[in-house]
Amino acid sequence: MNTEKDGGTSTERRDAMAARLQSIMDSDGESIGRMTRTANQLSAYAYDQFDATEQLRGEGRKIKENAIENLPALLDQIQKSVESNGGTVHLASSAEDANRIIREIMAREDAEMLVKSKSMTTEELAVNDSLETAGYDVVETDLGEFVIQLADEKPSHLIGPAMHKSPGEIADLFNDTYGLTGDDALSDSPQELTAFAREKVGEQIRQADVGMTGANFVVAETGTLMLVTNEGNARKTAVTPPTHIAVAGIEKLVPSITDLQPFTELIARAGTGQDLTSYISLLTPPVETPIPDFEADTLRPADDREFHLVLVDNGRMAMREDEQLRETLYCIRCGACSNSCANFQELGGHAFGGETYTGGIGTGWEAGVNGTESAAEMGDLCTGCSRCVPRCPVKIDIPWINTVVRDRLNRGGDPDSFDLLVDGLTPDEESTGLDPQKRFFGNIETLAKVGSYAPRVSNAAISSQPGRWLLSQLFGIDSDRTLPALAEETLREWYGARGPQVANPERDVVLYPDLYTEYFDPERGKAAVAVLEALNCRVHIPPVPESGRAPLSQGMVETAREQAESVHSALVSQLDRGRDVVVIEPSDLAMFREEYERLLPEPSFTRLNENSYEILEYVYGLCENGESIDSLSTAAGPLSPVESRLRLRTETVAYHSHCQQRTLGLESYTTELLSDAGYSVRTASVECCGMAGSFGYKQEYAGVSRAVGEELADDFGDTVGELVVASGTSCQEQLGWLYDREVPHPVELLAPPGAD
Amino acid sequence: MTTERVDSFISAVGATATVHTSTVEQFTETVTDVVTEPAIGTAIGLEGVSLDNTPVETDLTPVALEQAQTGVTPATYAIADYGTITVPTDDEGTELVSLYTPQHVAVLAASQLVPNMEAAYERFGAGFAENSETDGAQPQTQVFATGPSATADMGTLVQGVHGPHEVHIILVEDR
Repeated sequence: MNTEKDGGTSTERRDAMAARLQSIMDSDGESIGRMTRTANQLSAYAYDQFDATEQLRGEGRKIKENAIENLPALLDQIQKSVESNGGTVHLASSAEDANRIIREIMAREDAEMLVKSKSMTTEELAVNDSLETAGYDVVETDLGEFVIQLADEKPSHLIGPAMHKSPGEIADLFNDTYGLTGDDALSDSPQELTAFAREKVGEQIRQADVGMTGANFVVAETGTLMLVTNEGNARKTAVTPPTHIAVAGIEKLVPSITDLQPFTELIARAGTGQDLTSYISLLTPPVETPIPDFEADTLRPADDREFHLVLVDNGRMAMREDEQLRETLYCIRCGACSNSCANFQELGGHAFGGETYTGGIGTGWEAGVNGTESAAEMGDLCTGCSRCVPRCPVKIDIPWINTVVRDRLNRGGDPDSFDLLVDGLTPDEESTGLDPQKRFFGNIETLAKVGSYAPRVSNAAISSQPGRWLLSQLFGIDSDRTLPALAEETLREWYGARGPQVANPERDVVLYPDLYTEYFDPERGKAAVAVLEALNCRVHIPPVPESGRAPLSQGMVETAREQAESVHSALVSQLDRGRDVVVIEPSDLAMFREEYERLLPEPSFTRLNENSYEILEYVYGLCENGESIDSLSTAAGPLSPVESRLRLRTETVAYHSHCQQRTLGLESYTTELLSDAGYSVRTASVECCGMAGSFGYKQEYAGVSRAVGEELADDFGDTVGELVVASGTSCQEQLGWLYDREVPHPVELLAPPGAD
Repeated sequence: MTTERVDSFISAVGATATVHTSTVEQFTETVTDVVTEPAIGTAIGLEGVSLDNTPVETDLTPVALEQAQTGVTPATYAIADYGTITVPTDDEGTELVSLYTPQHVAVLAASQLVPNMEAAYERFGAGFAENSETDGAQPQTQVFATGPSATADMGTLVQGVHGPHEVHIILVEDR
């Protein structure tokens, strides 16, 4: 009864995936983790220290939007400008076409050897294979690419292709390749390895017939290429051999030189955390530099230089026509999205599947260039945490692109696959053939609703041995994880019986009964009610559906849209009465404030966006506007219900914010409030707990989720005697599981006693 | 040129390079002190400034380039905010000399120091556009160079890869 795919049952497939991810974590994880976390922290600092970051991100975005819009005109212009400079432009429709053009140039120049500087576009085209098969020698000159070429591996990162290799592994590779033994053998000193590789590569550059570079940008008006490097290899590759071939995707075109300014100031800050890289060449070939012939010791005149610009379509024009994938073409390939991704930090690019591009925006590139199927594994590793969004120098909504690709994959699934058990329970808008695991989590609200009619029976069934076995077999839920237990009484049942308890309120407030608070953890909802009432708010908890976050995270876009519309309908009369909407779960608030922009008509989105608040953001606002924090439970005051229940009186709190809460810029309200309440608050530098909603429950990803969570626990260190609190449901679950204790929501710490 | 701008340039350069300020008269002495022999150079193009009477050879050949310890070249602009210089490309081989030698010494008039990237691009924009229309005298190619070449591909930051590992900048007071 399981879906038969790739010759195994779905359980076997999930287990095989889990084993593959574990093995990649073991081999690549340590080096990748060190490099990406460092780059990510340096980049955060560089963005923060630079006054113009946001202004230039806006300008960069506009330039790319306009350039893609005007692409046909820019393509005409670049052909004229390069030709008037004395070079040749070739338009290649496909990888095959590009490779044919390049081989023809090699043949015409009677060339034997080509040196290359790093270019992901040439990886996409598999230029090396094409040239080597035709009998040419190809040498990579970027040291990371050089390592990858010797090891015959694929790049693991957009800008650090050998990032998964430790110095020791590189030393072994060089020693094996060049037969270095005894005193000649290289140590794992990065200085020694760099010096060795520089010599090897340097010889080849001096002898090469052709130098091939990519281009970070191509200026249509002048025929200028922008090349961003640190090593200097691209400079040498471009000017040393007599012939220069530049290969670039057509999306690299911008109108004029001055358009490069925002990108010049952003690209290194985003990618590596440098203010600028060592070299940024604005190169207008063929250049005037005389051609050095090292063998004959002569300088040939620059008039002998040849320049060819190969502009590659290979799916890009179709991406331009694709409303959802078009944004991918704005990507300037800095790698910041990968560096900020907790799963990428743990695994590196090799885990993300795909033929060329990995991680983050790689999903959009793979889907556009190599077809939706080649992005299948990537989309699932994106948890939609959104930490890449504030890092992208051109403001691409990378989680959305991952969601869209996941949705397309869902719809392309096998229509005959197993749907029986959940079909009756799942009123979703999706086509048949959806993976049952995705359908389970995407329809979690309905399942919770049905289960809550008899919570004890449901809980007993789920936590029993046969129940767990069934969950793992049918839906791919990891058998080490326990699904959260349904509460005896939902938040709305409790509140319905109790009613509002503020006689002369200053304000009327709607508390959004998110799925988790309603069915699984009403305690944090009760605490929110107590806090709001203590600050003179009359609370309303109307029936409002799940926000659509659950189906969206499974790539079920149409179901999410239906949910969004229902949420809006349920709240609109509340908004009409002038009531603010307060949300406990940050991932639901992020739906209201971000994703609904794509799911609802603009006025509906704006209405909800402008009137919804994260619970402690709202409490902070109340305290700033006349209410007193002393009405709440403070460190010196009476114990909150959660402190009484846990028998813990503490003044120190380890607080973990939620990824989407950080992206919305709302973390500081909680830390400030807790400080104002007299607590000493610690936060971790690790941003993601690794749980990410359903991700950590899935059989194939539970191991990665645990590893990401352990990074956070390591960073927090000893928490004995402290209260660990977290804002997100998943974060509370994950930390509770890692520390084996209850991890409440911070609002519970502020709740005055005796409210219920 | 303001002294504040020079100060902020020097502070932005930090440890990535060494900045020397020099009068036209002192130039011969300054450059002689800085270079490591054998040294090779291309014409600086500033009034009253020449590599004659210095240890710097100006007869560029590939072998001389490979053997040189120091390359002396002109720079077009310096950018105060970033501690960056821009190196032009010309038919004398300035690009090669600034790139192949382990020590690069860049020379420019202090009046060519611009405050920020926007100002640098304004000047470039005019120059590049003019050039594409009229084949004018503005350099067609500029390399923003900030400090020595570097890589992190071998596991940690290493300075001095394909390009120079040491950079000196001589600002010549011209007004």
